[in-house]
Amino acid sequence: MNEMNNRIPEHPLEQYLRMDRIPHIWCSGCGLGTEITCFMKAIEEADISPDKIVVVSGIGCSGRIAGYMKFDSFHTTHGRAVPFATGVKLANPELTVIVFSGDGDLFSIGGNHFIHAARRNVDIKVFCVNNFIYGMTGGQVAPTTPLHAKTSTSPYGCFEPPFNLPYLAESSGAVYVARWTPLHIRRLTHSMSEAIAKKGFSFIEMVSPCPTVYSRYNRLGDGLDMIKYYRENSRIENGADTKSIPLEIGKEIVVGKFVDIEKPTFLDYQTAQVEKNEAKM
Amino acid sequence: MEIRSRGIRKSIVSERHYRDRTSILVGEHFWQGDIAIAEGAIAADCRFFAGYPITPASEIAERMSLRLPFIGGVYIQLEDELASMAAILGASWTGTKAMTATSGPGLSLMLENFGLGIMTETPCVIVNVQRGSPSTGLPTFFGQADMMQARWGSHGDYEVIALAPSSAQECFDFTITAFNLSEKYRLPVFILTDGLVGHMTEKVVVPSPSEIKVFGRRKTKKPPQEYLPYEPEADLVPQMANFGEGYRLHTTGLTHDERGYPDMTIGTQDRLIRRLMNKIRQNADDIIIVEEKDIEDADVVVVSYGVTSRVVPSAVEKAKRDGIKIGQLRLITVWPFPEKRISELSEKVKAWVVPEINLGQIVREVERSVGKRSKVALVSHAGGDVHDPEDIYKVIKEVIQ
Repeated sequence: MNEMNNRIPEHPLEQYLRMDRIPHIWCSGCGLGTEITCFMKAIEEADISPDKIVVVSGIGCSGRIAGYMKFDSFHTTHGRAVPFATGVKLANPELTVIVFSGDGDLFSIGGNHFIHAARRNVDIKVFCVNNFIYGMTGGQVAPTTPLHAKTSTSPYGCFEPPFNLPYLAESSGAVYVARWTPLHIRRLTHSMSEAIAKKGFSFIEMVSPCPTVYSRYNRLGDGLDMIKYYRENSRIENGADTKSIPLEIGKEIVVGKFVDIEKPTFLDYQTAQVEKNEAKM
Repeated sequence: MEIRSRGIRKSIVSERHYRDRTSILVGEHFWQGDIAIAEGAIAADCRFFAGYPITPASEIAERMSLRLPFIGGVYIQLEDELASMAAILGASWTGTKAMTATSGPGLSLMLENFGLGIMTETPCVIVNVQRGSPSTGLPTFFGQADMMQARWGSHGDYEVIALAPSSAQECFDFTITAFNLSEKYRLPVFILTDGLVGHMTEKVVVPSPSEIKVFGRRKTKKPPQEYLPYEPEADLVPQMANFGEGYRLHTTGLTHDERGYPDMTIGTQDRLIRRLMNKIRQNADDIIIVEEKDIEDADVVVVSYGVTSRVVPSAVEKAKRDGIKIGQLRLITVWPFPEKRISELSEKVKAWVVPEINLGQIVREVERSVGKRSKVALVSHAGGDVHDPEDIYKVIKEVIQ
């Protein structure tokens, strides 16, 4: 037995991590660590070579995910992860392309790209870390900040209604829509596996604790308190009507798999259309 | 033909379509400049186009949507120019040559991710069919007022490469050159044409594939464990690995080290930015293309580019009949600017005349290169038309007196 085989791995999933970049920059109690562990487990279970996986991120705390994942990984500009990923996927359909980014990146500056990619059913997976706030820039209000929640730019309470992300994704055309929290490790991992195997635009919202900014502004405690909060306030309802599950302060968090349908992708439609024309010629 | 639909159903980066050149329409054609750009891109192996409709560039997108699906390529009309630029960067990282085309208002949006292309050293081509500007300006007319926007429009320090075709034939030829330079020096390269050249229909000769020189990707030969994505070669350009080939590389718009990892330190910033600038500056002689006519013993030289070069000869001929010793210098690459050549010529040339369809952009570069050694005169035009050759002639007469 050689030395390599005796080595104790630094991390059980180190083959998927850029260990030379660890420790990461995230705060303790942040949901990101759990969420990328679930992601790596889903990859481990999936029947895909890690060489054929591309992880694309935008900007922000979640934008840094690409930099820690040992896949082909691209850290793009703010909001543009989805169109970048669209280019990768269409130019090489053999690749499994995953966008891992935050709520501000995907739904404020990148909102238009999200709805159009869903409408076209481009075969990419979008995993959104929703912590209700712009964390990296110090806690400003986001298009996901619940009504009345405090942030550094809504000091009197947020007065803009937020997006209900699963509803937005479903109505834009996503073929797979789910919502989980870092409490639901097994289910989130399973959901990621399903989304990765699914052909078409798939979306998972991960309701995430931000103990450093969001929780402090809204007196929600530390990371562990947030996990306790999820345990007491979340309810699993697979197949729930996405219209009926907005996230509101003091209300329950409905989690589950809401949408799982079959639909031709952008490339399926394009190929069929071109073949139809070719037959005519 | 099997090749036609094979591309989309399978991977479009199959070996087959790179070897297959039936996509090149060899022969004589009567094409618009915009069409010639699309055909030039196809001849240069471009197989991905993302864009957004805009006058006077839409014909490029239309042509690509017609042609790409049958030659193993992908055309996509995206929701805006921000997305178009992001998508061609993504496509390029799979090893697919990619292009987008727009006009001034769209270029304003593309410049965001143009910066990402510069920072991540991503080969691709951006066409700007210029219209009268600023803002919505003159959509159906033309101008040359985006020259400095292309040079400086994205934030930060960087060098750019931009080519300015003045005919439909040059639209075809220069698009191939643009792709070659973008692959060789690893950056997004501009084609700065205008609405007149883009919409002007002229004879275009497409040579046989063996006569078309296409520069392929600078792919690394190193195995993944030895490969550093941003370790430069002797010419300061790093070799590339494509997504999906097992290199599992990381790329970021943040300041990064040779591994491609974010390293936000003053030392790394200094090394990276100087290299990104110097890979163009130190190779400027290889990149710069100018066309000179009657330049030896000229007292006056007219500097022009793009469509304006089509008007200059009649003004020059008239000045010659007056006995003025006059030459022409045409910028084929507007950026990097041929400052060395213009500086050399300034030792002898008494005056420079710069007609351009703006109120003075490239003339500043000429002034900077000339210094105090000779006179520099601008012939301006606010846009919508070419110069009256008489206006250029008058300025030539003025500067020589």
